[in-house]
Amino acid sequence: MSIREDETLELEQELGGPLFDLRLYVAGQTPKCVTAFANLKGICEEHLEGKYRIEVIDLLQNPQLAEGDQILAIPTLVRRLPTPIRKVIGDLSNTERVLVGLDLRPL
Amino acid sequence: MSVSNSQQFTELPDGPMPKVPSGIQGLDQITDGGLPQGRATLVSGDVGCGKTVFGVQFLVHGALDYDEPGVLMTFEETPAELVQNMFALGFDLKALVDQRKLSIHYVHIDRREIEETGEYDLEGLFVRLNYAIDTIGAKRVVMDTIESIFSGFSSEAILRAELRRLFRWLKDKGVTTVITAESVAGHLSRHGLEEFLSDCVIRLDRRLSEEVSTRRVEIVKYRGSTHGANEYPFLIDHGGISILPITALGLNHDVTSERFPSGIDRMDAMLGGEGFYRGSTVLISGTAGTGKTSFVGQALEAACQRGERCLYFAFEESPEQITRNLRSIGIDLAPWREKGLLRFSAARPTLYGLEMHLAQMHKCVEEFEPTLVILDPITNFVMAGTQVQVKGMLIRLIDYLKSRKIVSLFTSLTDGGDALEQSEAGVSSLIDTWILLKFLETGGERNRALYVLKSRGMPHSNQIREYVMTDHGIRLLDVYLGPAGVLTGSARYVQEARERAEAVRYQQEIASRERELERQREAVERQIAGLRADFEAKQDEFRRFLNQEETRDEVRREDRQAMARLRHDIDEREWAGRRGSRSEGDGVR
Repeated sequence: MSIREDETLELEQELGGPLFDLRLYVAGQTPKCVTAFANLKGICEEHLEGKYRIEVIDLLQNPQLAEGDQILAIPTLVRRLPTPIRKVIGDLSNTERVLVGLDLRPL
Repeated sequence: MSVSNSQQFTELPDGPMPKVPSGIQGLDQITDGGLPQGRATLVSGDVGCGKTVFGVQFLVHGALDYDEPGVLMTFEETPAELVQNMFALGFDLKALVDQRKLSIHYVHIDRREIEETGEYDLEGLFVRLNYAIDTIGAKRVVMDTIESIFSGFSSEAILRAELRRLFRWLKDKGVTTVITAESVAGHLSRHGLEEFLSDCVIRLDRRLSEEVSTRRVEIVKYRGSTHGANEYPFLIDHGGISILPITALGLNHDVTSERFPSGIDRMDAMLGGEGFYRGSTVLISGTAGTGKTSFVGQALEAACQRGERCLYFAFEESPEQITRNLRSIGIDLAPWREKGLLRFSAARPTLYGLEMHLAQMHKCVEEFEPTLVILDPITNFVMAGTQVQVKGMLIRLIDYLKSRKIVSLFTSLTDGGDALEQSEAGVSSLIDTWILLKFLETGGERNRALYVLKSRGMPHSNQIREYVMTDHGIRLLDVYLGPAGVLTGSARYVQEARERAEAVRYQQEIASRERELERQREAVERQIAGLRADFEAKQDEFRRFLNQEETRDEVRREDRQAMARLRHDIDEREWAGRRGSRSEGDGVR
């Protein structure tokens, strides 16, 4: 699911624009998490085709990673790039709000 | 909720609720052992009440004293800030973190960064907490201030549910938790939830009264345990929070009949010969300038000379001033201060509230362990509280000191106008030994006098004694009773002079009578000598007479013999015949 680091620069050059580096924090395969991933995938395909990469982090397996991005709510989507960091929490069922959260659409 | 309650019921152990000592001085006393083990305790309070200090102290003591590592999850201060802030209170958090006895986690919530869409939970928080607990094997958790998460998320329904789940989860985890909450307008927490989920609720409070601030702590609830029901004052200083559960003390002090000399021999004599009892409360009251502090100084010096420690709470004069002034009556406190037998604690009564004073005094006594505690004077406390409050405070102080068999020596200033028996703080009934100093105004003078108003449990003098302050301390003078009562000052001097004159006169009289007697004796002896001379003269005369007679008798006998010889020649037969009747012839002669 995740795109390897050394490909980032290549991709940005190919795209001629910013790469959306997204992280989805989940805790196990809960319905909320599964829904969130599916929703995210759909939104990205529709609005950011080819310009994104998604890293899914399961905190049950890597609990130490929760601190770095100050994760409290699950699921949390973090837009690591482009800066500034943005966070969208929830199952991402409201596409409009996800787009606002990712700064893809003005409020 | 009903599910979790029934779970809790089945999980309850048979015995009494196990508790973990908090390590906060006094708290374990009022909670009857500490905080509920493996459960959550809510610490609620206003801004600046010391909630964070409470939590940190709980963790630090757990890590240091009870081998229970702790996790501090802070929502407000960053670890760097926290370490720095707590260092001022004497907690070295960094060292604990390095020793893996403490881990600090900062949870940052910024709503501006977060967009919400759809369903979520706070599993991330649980994961972090779980990870932190497992990493160092924590037994204690502090979350400061948990309600901050309410500011980060909009869905209160989710947060409430998650908070419930968190409490449940912490319980299942078996960690003893302290959760802090900001109290709002009389409510213990902003969302009215935490206090119901916690097994123990402690409220911290800071109140301003007459510009004097006092912190208090109250155990609002404690499931499955008895606890003190009052508000207890506490203070935060170096070493963190210390609570004074003073009213938890009963009236069951051990008493001792051991005595504590007052430092003035004649005063001891007035008090049954040996001075105060140990553990008794002594009040020295008097009008301004009667020398209350000097009496204190005497007791102080005597105690220090015996090697006992004395603690002096000065509320009016600075230690230097007291030292200087006492030097004028020959009491030098400086060496005792250097030797560490005497400690001063000087503060204006209005510096802080009564409770704070009490807390301060407790702390000092705990640290220094004196046998004599001096409060000089107690009068001004009225400025820091009402008379009822002052009395309440003094009761608790006296109780505390009595329980430690410490002699408490109070001075109290009485106004000239008031009855002398009235002490301003209204503490007379609390006092065991009350010495009253007053001025006697007679003959255009004011002279100092004292008497023992009361002294429980010992015979004491009923005399009013004049005393003077000399270069060598206070001296109680002899009692002189004149027609108008006790003689003092120059009246005493006159009396003394009169008595001295009387004594001289008496001595002179004795001497003169002795001389008279001697003269008489001499006269008698002279007479005796004269008579003896007469007698001897007569005796001599008599002897002479006797001699003469004997001589004459001799002569006569010789004459007769001579005559007989003559007659024998004439008629020898006739002589022989006459010899038989010679005696007859002698008797005739």
